This record gives sequence, structure tokens and C-alpha cells, in this order.
Amino acid sequence: MSELLAKERQLVLPGEVLAKGLDYLPSGGTFRTGQEVKSKFLGLVRLKEKFLGVIPLAGVYVPKTGDGIVAMVSEIQSSFWIMDINSPYDAILPLSEATAEYVDTAETDLSSIFDIGDIVFIKVFNVARSKHTSLTMNDYRAKKLVGGRLIKITPTKVPRVIGKEGTMVETIKNRTGCQIVVGQNGVVWLKGQKEALAAKTILTIEKEAHTSGLTDRIAKMLEQEGLSAGAPVVDVEEGKRENYRNENEEMK
Amino acid sequence: MSGAGKFGAPEHLIVNGKRLDGRGLMDMRPLTLDVRMVHHSNGSAVFKFGNTNALAAVQGPRETHPKWMADPLKAVLRCKYFMAPFATTERSRPGTSRRSTEISKVITEALANVVFLEDYPKAAIDIFAEILEANASTRCAGLNAAAMALADAGIPMRDLVSCVSVGKIDGQIALDVAGLEDNFGEVDCAIATVGGSDRVVLLQMDGIVTREEFSKLLKFGAEGCARVYEKQKEALRKRYMGESAEK
Repeated sequence: MSELLAKERQLVLPGEVLAKGLDYLPSGGTFRTGQEVKSKFLGLVRLKEKFLGVIPLAGVYVPKTGDGIVAMVSEIQSSFWIMDINSPYDAILPLSEATAEYVDTAETDLSSIFDIGDIVFIKVFNVARSKHTSLTMNDYRAKKLVGGRLIKITPTKVPRVIGKEGTMVETIKNRTGCQIVVGQNGVVWLKGQKEALAAKTILTIEKEAHTSGLTDRIAKMLEQEGLSAGAPVVDVEEGKRENYRNENEEMK
Repeated sequence: MSGAGKFGAPEHLIVNGKRLDGRGLMDMRPLTLDVRMVHHSNGSAVFKFGNTNALAAVQGPRETHPKWMADPLKAVLRCKYFMAPFATTERSRPGTSRRSTEISKVITEALANVVFLEDYPKAAIDIFAEILEANASTRCAGLNAAAMALADAGIPMRDLVSCVSVGKIDGQIALDVAGLEDNFGEVDCAIATVGGSDRVVLLQMDGIVTREEFSKLLKFGAEGCARVYEKQKEALRKRYMGESAEK
């Protein structure tokens, strides 16, 4: 009979046996050797029915199809852009996925659409086995981000910054009145009068990602800074609220 | 070739079952371990056998440079072993040497056995193991620190790698040779295993042993590695304790 050796949210090390027997199946962050399911990472166990997973505590961003990320244009080619996505891999945005309109490449300078250094919120369109990644602007959330500032956090802690159904990021937006866009790749874009405070708050969340009752504590922390709920948030485009996918909720 | 008679050699390396520093045959020097020591790296660790001090830092997975080195199917693992000029009693020339190139190679190959390189095609994982103070077993300390730094960096691994040195001094097999034992002992051997088991990923030896002595050497080594493995796990757990708390 199969035996479960790890508890939900338990800290495990690489090679640690999570379960014995064939009734438990390895999902993300785990692997099977013979009868045993073992952890690949130093991380926290997630158990969903018979699927065992491990969420690493550190690591780099590896693009996944459907992720909404904050990317920076690093190169312009004849008919595509190369984007820095805060990952070991660069990503490509083809012209056909950048705009719905017809663009005559002989007539148009592509930098008039996206120039080097431009920041965009963009969707990962496809990731090949070789990690060759293509992006698309064909998504209701995708937009160019003008002005503001960028901060980087550990990609595995992004779900914590967003919170359950976006509660955490919504709290910060409400209290500071900043526009905030969190990319699954760990890049956060901030714009507003109190963006320094918002940045500090996000870095605090990253540092204390493992503690409980964080949303309430962050709200209290912002209150101490003299910020109560209800500051007006001006969205880049009216009526388009970011709808985040929370990896805490759904496991691969 | 017993050490006795060599210039500067003590008459005996073992007196009444005790070694020169008071340890028994199966005793290791005190181990000091910590992780997350270098903030500009993805992961890092310090590992000390007594005063042999190794600092390892991991950078990556990141884009491979030079580009031709990239493998389209898996990541390249590049480990560099360095010894600081001030690490030894006599200043050593800084930079790579024949010795450091060899040790870098064996450490890389030992770690390549446990890292899931196929998870990061085209990328490079760089490990830098710097020896800050040397008193024998530097490659072991370097490898132990490197394994912990990899775990700290969130790199997928089958298990940790643990390494110890075993030697033959005054005709007896002893764990973790140090100081004069290293200079005047008969045999010095580095053994690394995966996850405290008896799966060996590094085995280097110089000196002459009999078949029986060699089996004993392996047995001692495997046991030493198992002890190091427990310490490595403890250090990683301690550093991240509280992260398992329910949010």
C-alpha cells in the first residue's frame, strides 16, 4: 500500500522522499525513482488529491504558455522584436502578434511600434521544448507600460505578492494609489506618487512570503504610513482590471 | 612510504589511538555550515572542515556565454574551483593552475550526476567554489559547499552530494585527514556520495593500499559522507526554518 511521508506545506530538500508506492503521482518539482516520489527542490510540498508537487523557494523564471509577464524590448529585427523576460531565455515578439493592423515593413520603422527599452505587459504565446519562446500582444491585458519604475522579485514568490484572487496587490493599489502590474516572471511595474512606498511594500512581502496573515499585516503597515483604504487608483485604460492567474490556486 | 623519517615529520601520527589533534580514527573535524552568504548570487553556501574554509556561489541558470558552448538539449554545468593566494601557509600564485583545473573538472562531473540539466536547455549553471583557507580536504569542502549552494539556488537536483577525505596514517585508516597527516600520511583519498548512500560520484586516491584496506577506506568514506549529508540537510533546514509555516 502507498504511504505518504510529507505533509502539505512541509519544507523539503532535494532528494527527500515524499511518498512510497504507486498511488501517489509526481507533479511539478518532483520525480519518481522506482517506488518513491522524491523532491527536486528545496521547497514547500503541495498535495492535491494524489498529485505531489514541490514549490521551490528560489529559482529563475522559466517561461510557460499563457503567463502574463512584464518584458523589456532589447532588440529590434526586420520583422520581430527580441524581449528580455528576466529569464535565462530571450523571447520573440513577431510583428504579426504585436499589432492587429497591417504594417508595411518597407515603409514603417518598427521602433515606432515598440522601441528598445520599452516596457510591456505581454502574454507568453508558445514555449517550445528548446525553450524557444514567442510572445503575443493579442490579449486584453497586454499593453505598453509608460513611465513608472520596475522592481524584480523572486519569480516563485509572485503568487504571494498577488495574493488570493489579487487581494494583496489590490490592497497596495488601494492604499498607495499606485498603478501596479505584476508579471509572472517576477518583474513588477509601478507608477504613481507613492511608488517608492509601494515598492518597499512589495519587497517586504517577498521577504516575508512564508509567514501567515500577511495581507492583514501589510494593510496595517500601510495604515501606519498614514494610508487608509480608498485612495483613487487610475488605471492605464479605464475598465480594464488586471485579472491575475494565481499559481497558488491551481497546480500544474 | 611512511611519513616517519621525512624532514619535519613527527615520530608518530597516532598515539594511543588518538591522532595529533586529539581525534579518534573515525572523528571528523568540527563542521561549520551556512547557506545564503553571497547576496548577488542565486544561491551560496559556506562549508568548513575545521579551518578548511570553502565558499561556493551559484549563478544561473543563465544564458550561456560563449554561445557555442550551449547545448540545445540540456544545461551546461560549469564549476570553477579557486584557491585564494592567502589560503595556504606559503602564498600560492593566483589564477588557474593545473591542480585547480583538475579539481574543477572532477567537481563538475560529480555534480552533473545529480542536477536535472535537461530542465534548462541552452542555459548555463555556473558554480564558483573559492577556498579561503586550506588545511587538507579542500576539494571535499568545495564540493559540499557547491552542492548546498545549488539547493539554495533552487536548482532541481536528485539529491545532495556529500564528500569527505579518508586516509591511511601510521598504517591505519582514518577519516578526514588534516594538517601533518596530510603531509606525512601514506594515503589520501577523497570520496563523494549521493544523498548519504553508497553511490559514489567522486573517488580520487594517491598512495598504496591493499585490497582489504581499500574496502575499509570506502566503508569509512561512505559513513563520513552520510554524516556530512545529515549536517548539510540540517544547515539548509535551519536557514529556511519558518518558511514551512502555514501562511
